Amino acid sequence: MPRPLANALSQVGFYSAVAFFVILAAFPFYWMAITAFKTNADLYDISNIPFWFNDPPTLEHIEYLFTQTLFARWLLNSAIIGVCVVGITLVTALPAAYSLARMTGRSGEALGIGIFLTYLVPPTLLFLPLSRVITMLGMQDSLWALVLVYPTFTIPFCTWLLMGFFKAIPREIEEAAIVDGCSVFSAFIKMVIPLSVPAILTVVIFTFTLTLQEFVYALTFISSSSQKTITLGVATDLVRGDIYFWGELMAGALIAAVPVAIAYNLFLDRFIAGITGGAVK
Amino acid sequence: MVAIAEKFVRPRSRFGSILDRPKILGPLFVSPAILYVLALVGAPFCLALYYSVSAYTIYSQSYKFVGLANFVQIFGSDIFRTTLVNTFIFTFGSQILGLVLGKFGALLLLKPFPGRKIVRALIVLPWAVPVALATVAWEWMFDSLYSVINWTFIALGVIDRSDAPNWLGNPHLAMLCVMVVNAWRFFPFAIVIFLAGITAVPQDVIDAATVDGAGFWRRNYQIIVPIIAPIVVVGLIFGTVFTFTDLSIVYLLTNGGPVNATSVLGFEGFQVGIVSGDVAHGAAISLVMLPVLFVLVVVMLRFIRRREI
Repeated sequence: MPRPLANALSQVGFYSAVAFFVILAAFPFYWMAITAFKTNADLYDISNIPFWFNDPPTLEHIEYLFTQTLFARWLLNSAIIGVCVVGITLVTALPAAYSLARMTGRSGEALGIGIFLTYLVPPTLLFLPLSRVITMLGMQDSLWALVLVYPTFTIPFCTWLLMGFFKAIPREIEEAAIVDGCSVFSAFIKMVIPLSVPAILTVVIFTFTLTLQEFVYALTFISSSSQKTITLGVATDLVRGDIYFWGELMAGALIAAVPVAIAYNLFLDRFIAGITGGAVK
Repeated sequence: MVAIAEKFVRPRSRFGSILDRPKILGPLFVSPAILYVLALVGAPFCLALYYSVSAYTIYSQSYKFVGLANFVQIFGSDIFRTTLVNTFIFTFGSQILGLVLGKFGALLLLKPFPGRKIVRALIVLPWAVPVALATVAWEWMFDSLYSVINWTFIALGVIDRSDAPNWLGNPHLAMLCVMVVNAWRFFPFAIVIFLAGITAVPQDVIDAATVDGAGFWRRNYQIIVPIIAPIVVVGLIFGTVFTFTDLSIVYLLTNGGPVNATSVLGFEGFQVGIVSGDVAHGAAISLVMLPVLFVLVVVMLRFIRRREI
């Protein structure tokens, strides 16, 4: 075979493989988006070609979501939970990670791995005792239960992420501050924290997305519609009777998914560095 | 660091001196995180262990010790044995599918090409977007009447509308569906992990091996695989743990059905422990996951340790 032809063929092969992966990964989201803007008449007519709009696009599903359902309330609930959990996580994980990276030596390393392993204890093992604990605390069926429980996986995860980052900061910076008369504590506050802004931002984004992605605890602890998170509300509350209203469902899923997808992509590289940081070093 | 700091004797308040001593400050800094995790992971975990050997239900909250009776009962139940087998099929099936897709995807994304960043952003979507929402989209794609997958097959003339598959209504197809959705969710993560591993291999090591006459396979299996193995194994164990213990895909897509064909341990624990309120048996079902998790964690620890030597 002549060389240019072989090259062209391998190019075609390469790009069709890429296209296969893109379609595989993104088609459900395309489907979500197109369903969200289709009229019902268009959606439920099997003689229509489903891949594009046969009727003009409509905003009726989105309008319905915001006027006839608790969708706006779920968005608010998720925002409240996200902000509170981010706060709790930063306050506990920042000092813990710094301590494990700098102040506790070899035992800190072991302790760090120990904390990280708790991230692997699955919600499906803990939801039974935790639901009892939450009932005892009188928080059943309240979004505050999720604010209490979500840090159990965000703290281990973020401590691990931040540990790797603190190890990468040269010790000399804090030493210089200490020589200049700072206490170890104020060196941490005045030197380390400002240097860690990118890492802290990563932690904020990932804590927030983890709270949005969580489903099992929300499903277990929350049953009244007004307390649901966006993920739980869309997945369980938009089905009326046994009838699925796919336009509204997909519109809700789309609105909740887009910000997470954008945030995730922006911070993906840092996330990978964090999650593999323990293994690469 | 400490030695340098101690050369300077500074007058300080008592509070200041505490803040200046890493020996005290270290534990002080780490304790809130440890306490939080102990209180809300450690303690509930022990509680779960105890529930599994008690007669506790939400209707009769008795902590009476019943030994292994709950475990004997659940292992005697057909539903539970089906669930156990399903869990393994679900986990291994979707992990293998996800890994194969991940490996090929990583190979594609390794080379720079125009639009690579956008392609990567799109490929990462299944892993980034909340799984519950993506599952609802798949449920719509598997719809018994309006399935876009069936529509495409019918339009291509592969199948006829009268014998179009009812994806979630047929026990075997339903299992396939939950596996495909889980593999679909997992493969971007696998791609990302493979890529991180491959880029961690120093180019000079590969060049040196090439100069020394190592061929493609030799380079692949004696240099690249050993270097990326720790990263890939850690990633793989993550995926396996989260798949093995998950309930959201099954809960939303099939609700364990049809007739328990897709019931998995996490889902069954939820049904028994939360929905039916039989906390003791639910805890026992969930705890059956523990030996598997334990093995996985031990393997992972060995790999994390290895890189430190």
